[in-house]
Amino acid sequence: MSTRQMGEKVQRREDPRLLTGNGRYLDDLGRGALQAAFVRSPHAHARIVDIDIADAWELDGVEAIYTWEDLPGRVAEPLPVLIPHPAMTHARTGYCLARDEVNHVGEAVVMVVARDRYVAEDACARITVQYDTLPAVVGVAGARDGDRLVHDDVPGNVAANLRQEVGDVDSAMAGAPHTLTLELAIERSACMPMEGKGVFGRWDADDGSLRLYSSTQTSTGVRAAVAAKLDLPLAKVEVVTPDVGGGFGVKIVHPWPEEVLVPWAARNLGRDVKWTEDRREHFVSSAHERGQLQEVTVGFDDDGRLLALDVRFWHDNGAYTPYGIIVPIITATQLLGPYKPGAYRVEFWSLYTNTVLVTPYRGAGRPQGCYAMERTMDAIAEHRGLDRAEVRSRNFIQPDEMPWDHGLMFQDGRPLKYDSGDFPASLAKLKALVGWDDFAAYREQAEREGRRVGLGIGCYVEGTGVGPYEGGHVQVETSGRVNVATGLTTQGQGHQTILAQIVADELGVPFDDVHVTTGDTRRMAYAVGTFASRGAVMSGNAVALAARVVRAKALRIAAEALEVSPDDLEIADGVVSVKGAPGTSIALKTVAVMSNPLRYAFDESAAAATQFAGTFDPDTPPVGDDDEPGLEGQDFYSPTQATFANGMHAAVVETDPVTAEIRILRYCVVHDCGVMVNPMIVEGQVHGGVAQGVGGALYERMLYDEGGQLLNASFMDFLMPYASEVPHIETDHLETPSPLNPLGIKGAGEAGTIPVSAVIASAIEDAEGFPIRSMPISPADLWELRRRHAASDPDPVPAQEGPR
Amino acid sequence: MKAAPFVHHAPRTVEEAVAVLTQVGHDGKVLAGGQSLVPVLNMRLASPGHLVDINGVAGLDTVEVTPEHVRVGALVRHAGLERHDGAAAALPLLRQAVRHVAHPAIRTRGTTVGSLAHADPAGEMPAVAVLTGAVLEVAGPRGTREVAADGFFLGPLETVLEADELVVAVRFGRLPAGTRTGFAESARRSGDYALAGVAIAVSTDGDTVTGARAAFVSVTPVPDVLDLTSVLAGARLGTLPLDAVTEAVRAHVDPESDIHAGADYRRMLAAELTVRTLVSTAAGAQEGAA
Amino acid sequence: MSQFAAEPLLDITVRVNGIRRTAAAPARRLLSDFLRHDLGLTGTHVGCEHGVCGACTVLVDGEPARACLMFAVTAQAHDVTTVEGIGHDPADLDPVQQAFVECHALQCGFCTPGFVTTISAYLDEHPDPSADEAREAISGNLCRCTGYQNIVAAVLRAAELRREREGTA
Repeated sequence: MSTRQMGEKVQRREDPRLLTGNGRYLDDLGRGALQAAFVRSPHAHARIVDIDIADAWELDGVEAIYTWEDLPGRVAEPLPVLIPHPAMTHARTGYCLARDEVNHVGEAVVMVVARDRYVAEDACARITVQYDTLPAVVGVAGARDGDRLVHDDVPGNVAANLRQEVGDVDSAMAGAPHTLTLELAIERSACMPMEGKGVFGRWDADDGSLRLYSSTQTSTGVRAAVAAKLDLPLAKVEVVTPDVGGGFGVKIVHPWPEEVLVPWAARNLGRDVKWTEDRREHFVSSAHERGQLQEVTVGFDDDGRLLALDVRFWHDNGAYTPYGIIVPIITATQLLGPYKPGAYRVEFWSLYTNTVLVTPYRGAGRPQGCYAMERTMDAIAEHRGLDRAEVRSRNFIQPDEMPWDHGLMFQDGRPLKYDSGDFPASLAKLKALVGWDDFAAYREQAEREGRRVGLGIGCYVEGTGVGPYEGGHVQVETSGRVNVATGLTTQGQGHQTILAQIVADELGVPFDDVHVTTGDTRRMAYAVGTFASRGAVMSGNAVALAARVVRAKALRIAAEALEVSPDDLEIADGVVSVKGAPGTSIALKTVAVMSNPLRYAFDESAAAATQFAGTFDPDTPPVGDDDEPGLEGQDFYSPTQATFANGMHAAVVETDPVTAEIRILRYCVVHDCGVMVNPMIVEGQVHGGVAQGVGGALYERMLYDEGGQLLNASFMDFLMPYASEVPHIETDHLETPSPLNPLGIKGAGEAGTIPVSAVIASAIEDAEGFPIRSMPISPADLWELRRRHAASDPDPVPAQEGPR
Repeated sequence: MKAAPFVHHAPRTVEEAVAVLTQVGHDGKVLAGGQSLVPVLNMRLASPGHLVDINGVAGLDTVEVTPEHVRVGALVRHAGLERHDGAAAALPLLRQAVRHVAHPAIRTRGTTVGSLAHADPAGEMPAVAVLTGAVLEVAGPRGTREVAADGFFLGPLETVLEADELVVAVRFGRLPAGTRTGFAESARRSGDYALAGVAIAVSTDGDTVTGARAAFVSVTPVPDVLDLTSVLAGARLGTLPLDAVTEAVRAHVDPESDIHAGADYRRMLAAELTVRTLVSTAAGAQEGAA
Repeated sequence: MSQFAAEPLLDITVRVNGIRRTAAAPARRLLSDFLRHDLGLTGTHVGCEHGVCGACTVLVDGEPARACLMFAVTAQAHDVTTVEGIGHDPADLDPVQQAFVECHALQCGFCTPGFVTTISAYLDEHPDPSADEAREAISGNLCRCTGYQNIVAAVLRAAELRREREGTA
């Protein structure tokens, strides 16, 4: 009897290889390949006057130097707008190499290909680019003013303006007994995976084909984009994603300029070409996220129940919009969390600035939305003198109200409709975990010791597993080995383990026999990518469906061989047997042999499938009209909508009464992602998400000066937390299955990150007794806030009470 | 992020090293631990034509403890000093401070002398050097000279060293019997350059303070000593005049604002760290290597 | 003609994982690049090239050091241990590596080799750390995936496994 794999803390298949130096990340490939480096703009906004490459050509080892003028055809055209949206009236994208103008520090201007990276950088250092600098637009407020423009033809720097309204907000607000207005700010951070981006191109001149390796979150996306750019038939381009050293969103954007230029140069030069992004490049030429200014007006009754919610926010999208307005759309919709808002209106402006472009980073707009909503909840509780958990509870959508349709359009163009969730149960678990009701006593005790502590809370709902689809292919070899392929890529989420768990269960084979390939267009050409916590939901269900196809076929073939009905058969441990009569059985690998009629035997098992090996019906063809050879099958999972996971976090912080240093004493998580395939991996995802959230709340801030220079473009000054800065995380889980998919699962990848800034702000506010309206917050920031409050010159202002 | 080309020199003796430095002048840099230099080279913020790699120079890797001082050679790694029980016994402040230098993997390569020569105001060991009245032994084409730490530092990343000179050792002065020391700093992340830090030496007679001196990290352009004796002498341990200490520190330090904290915050932090460290040091809580 | 055109190559010999390895490289070749690209030992990863992230941590004469802050030429005549030297056979894991599997202490795995080398050296000196000490021991290495909690657990588990193996040795 096989042990069921679903729900087990199965150790990861990936680990032994990665732990022993046998991983193969992008830069581990292509030993001996030529290497690329780029001259990047030192200016945030400038016109290119002249480029002098003569000196660089002198260098031994330089193979090619390219500027925009060297680029042919579509390579010279702007990069694609990946996700167009009607509200995005002014989409703008950059070129692979800057054409006439640069719009952020770090934009690629010249590409050098050389013997190695050292020489390539030497050449870059010898290239002179003459610029006419232009005024830079930096920061949301600066962009909103519209005095200076990033793109001359985009008035007010507005890339998009989108408004959604459900109910009549104006009259609901007018009728509300209480209203408050909050002005909020949240700053930029970035995914910052430990491995930067990287591309390795190998052109096969004999075959006229390209094999491209990229550290990407979407190999099929890169493939289609590169084929289009290089004007190659899709059939002549294959994209393989090797081991990827973290993504967190930044690698879903494609094609990056380098993903076009590297293969183009490889074809040009007839040589392998590789580019490995270094850390400084990653800071200034990949992508950031988060930066928004928000204005929330809320109307509520005496009990703190929401009657109307009116939200406006301004989103910094950086210099270009290749990824559309997905991030602000998610903020606008996921802001609602587990709550019924009453009438709801949200309007945002997505604004250009002369900074690195802004695309999804783990959470993808949700942390900002959660922050806005949860700050509002705390303000309501404060205003009414109510318990903060109680106010939240009173506004929850109840389990018996599921599915809950908010009446809004979500990021996938489909309705924002929650499929399931039990928010009261989650809150009860959280309060028990953190000791919510005992905190007052703890605080008093701490006060007696001269310590200042605070308790914070934050709740969120996360739409996960958005479409359009993912595919699974499952094949049983005659050895019994089961090959599983799915097209989406993996960056550490343990897909090779969890997908094997799912297939092992669905097919009835030992876990160790199942081998999973991800992100290789040679094995699965139809796929979307890894983002929006969709890997387990989409590919998990896809491989389950594919395994069911294979299982059905195996049962059919075995049933014929055993002369029983397929309904009487079961598969366990790789053996098909008659239920209740385990002696009557046939190994799955034998079924695989039988599934593929052969003329040529290549081993003993194959001999059993050759044409003289047995009896057959001379009136039917070896492969039936509605059949295919091989014990394999493929299927796709394509849901009507996203499935919604949720969670609630609480933290206890201590702030030093003098130095304002902030320490997280406890961090508690209750998490509901439906059925857990592998609780160990889910837990790991939560831990990592919280750590990134802590970074975003207390340490990480992309700091630009007025001229658009990123002041902290290194790990010395961009403060990603070490182990010493991340608290021990206490977790509890709820499993509310999704009714939308066969496995009942929801995504878990981003969850941990979403509410952390909201929770930490809530806890610091609770400790300090004055509102926290801007995140992240450093000790120096908090100290400054204290000074202002002591001087009765509060800024930011507390929530403003409305006129009624 | 790859260094520009340079010529690598691997002298075997101090004399050879000085000879090369003399020859290459300002186009040369000494490479010892490299933990501050190599990042700068990798980012091409500097591209000297010559690196004088002294890692192969014999005789520079020893710690010697004498009744007067702890002598630390130019190739003694921070980790080596941290581990050296004799040095810690003779001058506990060395171990108290050096364990705050970055992270262990940096301390295994970075040298204590190198951090003095680098003269980063955020460095821990320069503060220790001035507080202990250290003397640097400097070799050059004109022979060896000795420079008091007090006069060694001219400004951020600037010292009295000539381009053709090499610090071969530093002698940290041992403190009079009965002197207790403490070290504290506060950084955004553990292991980062401190927002502010302080090294303190306090002498007591019974429960009465007879003298106190402090030197700071990250809040003065060059490390220098604040003598708190006039503020503290005669004070009893339980009732130290902490407000006066705070005022003295605030008046002494001159921090700059940077992206991690403003000058006012750093001034406050320096004063608060001093007060807290003073109290714990005077009480003996940090005596020895804790 | 520029001086770069004739950048001289040095025959650099380093004892890596117990074996003398020689390759011709310029003086400016970082130890990290030397290991990865000249010797083909790609287990050592490069995350920042300014000494902060710790992904490239190797052991030099048994002590952890950033391979991106050392020129290969300086490592001559020294012993360098990379993650491959800790254990290169996926079927035969060292206790630290085994502990990482058991505790789910890695996700993308990119920073992991630097943790494995760091922890190995740490446990040599501190065979029985507390949880707080274990956390401090790994506080010079950045991980963007795990939140560190399971790495702390892995340090403790590795210490246990080492003791068990010593007991049976």
